[in-house]
Amino acid sequence: MNPSVNEYRRALRPFQFVSCMELREVLGKRATDVVRLLELMEEVPLDSIYYHTHSFYLRHSYAQTLYPNDFATWVALYAHDRVLGEQLGVLDPFAYLSLDALRQEIITIIDDHLSSHPAVYRAMSGEPFDFIRSHVIEAPLDRQAWTLSEFRNAVREVEAGALYFHLCEARMRKTTGFDDFSHWLSARDGLSMPELAAQVQRVVRLGLNLEGMRARIVALCDAELMAHGGTA
Amino acid sequence: MAELLEQYRAVAPPGTIEFLRQLGRRLEGTRMLHVNSTRYGGGVAEMLHRLLPLFEELGIRTRWEVMTGSEAFYHTTKSFHNALQGMSQHITKAMFDEYLEINRENAKRLNFDADVAMIHDPQPAALIGSRPPGARWLWRCHIDVSAPQPAVWQFLRPFVSQYDAAIVSLQKFARRLPVPQFIVYPSIDPLSDKNRELTQEEITSIMEKLGVPTDKPILLQVSRFDRFKDPLGVVAAYRIVKQSHDCRLVLAGGTATDDPEGAAVLAEVQEAVGLDPDVQFLLLPPTANLEINALQRAATIILQKSVREGFGLTVTEAMWKGKPVIGGDTGGITVQLIHGYTGYTVNSPAGAAFYIKRLLNEPERIEAIGRQAKEFARNRFLVTRHVQDYLGVMIHLARRTA
Repeated sequence: MNPSVNEYRRALRPFQFVSCMELREVLGKRATDVVRLLELMEEVPLDSIYYHTHSFYLRHSYAQTLYPNDFATWVALYAHDRVLGEQLGVLDPFAYLSLDALRQEIITIIDDHLSSHPAVYRAMSGEPFDFIRSHVIEAPLDRQAWTLSEFRNAVREVEAGALYFHLCEARMRKTTGFDDFSHWLSARDGLSMPELAAQVQRVVRLGLNLEGMRARIVALCDAELMAHGGTA
Repeated sequence: MAELLEQYRAVAPPGTIEFLRQLGRRLEGTRMLHVNSTRYGGGVAEMLHRLLPLFEELGIRTRWEVMTGSEAFYHTTKSFHNALQGMSQHITKAMFDEYLEINRENAKRLNFDADVAMIHDPQPAALIGSRPPGARWLWRCHIDVSAPQPAVWQFLRPFVSQYDAAIVSLQKFARRLPVPQFIVYPSIDPLSDKNRELTQEEITSIMEKLGVPTDKPILLQVSRFDRFKDPLGVVAAYRIVKQSHDCRLVLAGGTATDDPEGAAVLAEVQEAVGLDPDVQFLLLPPTANLEINALQRAATIILQKSVREGFGLTVTEAMWKGKPVIGGDTGGITVQLIHGYTGYTVNSPAGAAFYIKRLLNEPERIEAIGRQAKEFARNRFLVTRHVQDYLGVMIHLARRTA
């Protein structure tokens, strides 16, 4: 009989779940066309770039809106520029190790587009774009995992804010491109399971919403547990 | 009886109660004060009655002070209210003086001993001069001040600018201020009579009492008879739909006895409808919460076809009942309705008719959008999220001060 993952892998250090919420602060900077959007993009704090890209996932943890960032959705819906909307919509904010790099990429996309489509930038929008800044406030939950089974059950049950904190916010916090889950799964004092960690790390880059990420990670854990004769 | 917070466990998103308790621990013992101008009547008082017990359960010692004023003061602040929302008002120097005098009197009378004070709306805004040393004061603005009458805003702005922060209900409502402005959406209470679950027997009984047959799909708009709510546009949309689909239209609004403009709009709409037995007008008192609940649950599609709107919480109320909402592309409706996902936003009666017909043709879409709308409301517009946001503001300010 195979020993289950549960039986032979118990972390030296538990995974401590933390959840978070987001406080939204209006910056009083408003764009009514794409040119002004570009100008303001250069001057707003990085927390605002974060709000309109990364924390979009927290606000729409289960809903898919037109595009997964506010800039793309506004440009397509209200500035009536679908081409630019598509170019911004395909951006993966998790591909950038710093918010500044992400900001520069967005600026380049808009600038290039305006240079090659000079007529577009005069289009007025139906609704202005208000720049908002994000303040993430975290709090530890009374929930720890020592084994893969405990980890899997916790991931299935914790609120979306905890998933966001560990999967999305962590990548910016650590500036290493690692999320907390894969970090713990691969760590020697964690579960020391680098292959599973790599699979989990890829989930964040699939363009799923948080609930989609949750389902994928739970499924990956289930597969690992089943392969080793354990159960969830 | 279970703790109040525990009663929300079944309706709030999973993990919400635990997270609130964790946030509450970070603020345990904080003394919080709310100040507004009335204890009963109006949305702010209603909200405070809901929120305060929840803060208490989370370990925040919460008090509520109500300012008192003369008839002239309330007349003045009503004019302020209208002027701040863009209506032209004649404000005299005597009115400004009365406002300041009443604020001075209340500053002597009220007890401001608290670590954090939330001062609601313009009426008590000038109390800021009495902030005790070390206390953090927040101006909570519940109204749309994005396009105010300049004279009134210029009068209030110096007071508002002295607060530690302002809180607005929607980013569009913010003004340029030298203090941080946070966004906190309003909320509904899922356990109140207006929003709690009803049995089918209760719904049937109330619909019978109201005299609304349920033999055909019901299109419903709940709102006062106000041109900004576009009841004539709703009737126009219904007319287009009625050419191909048999349905009823119910327009439920307040009694018009104290609202001359409302009475005039109602008369206009009634004239436009003429003798159509499938259109019903219901004039309900402000206490008709169960009736509105039942109407929303019995409806097939709910409309909020406003051409101008504040936040528009009737949209959330309908979403919470799992109904698809077709709303005007304005104000807070746009943050509640994600077009095609949690409802539809439209800009004309034709647009409303188009989406009503699409929904009536595809019952599975009614079900899917209703389900998505309910989850969206659960995550973003329940009172538990409201409490969480206020705790977040308090933690953020404390962190900044530290």
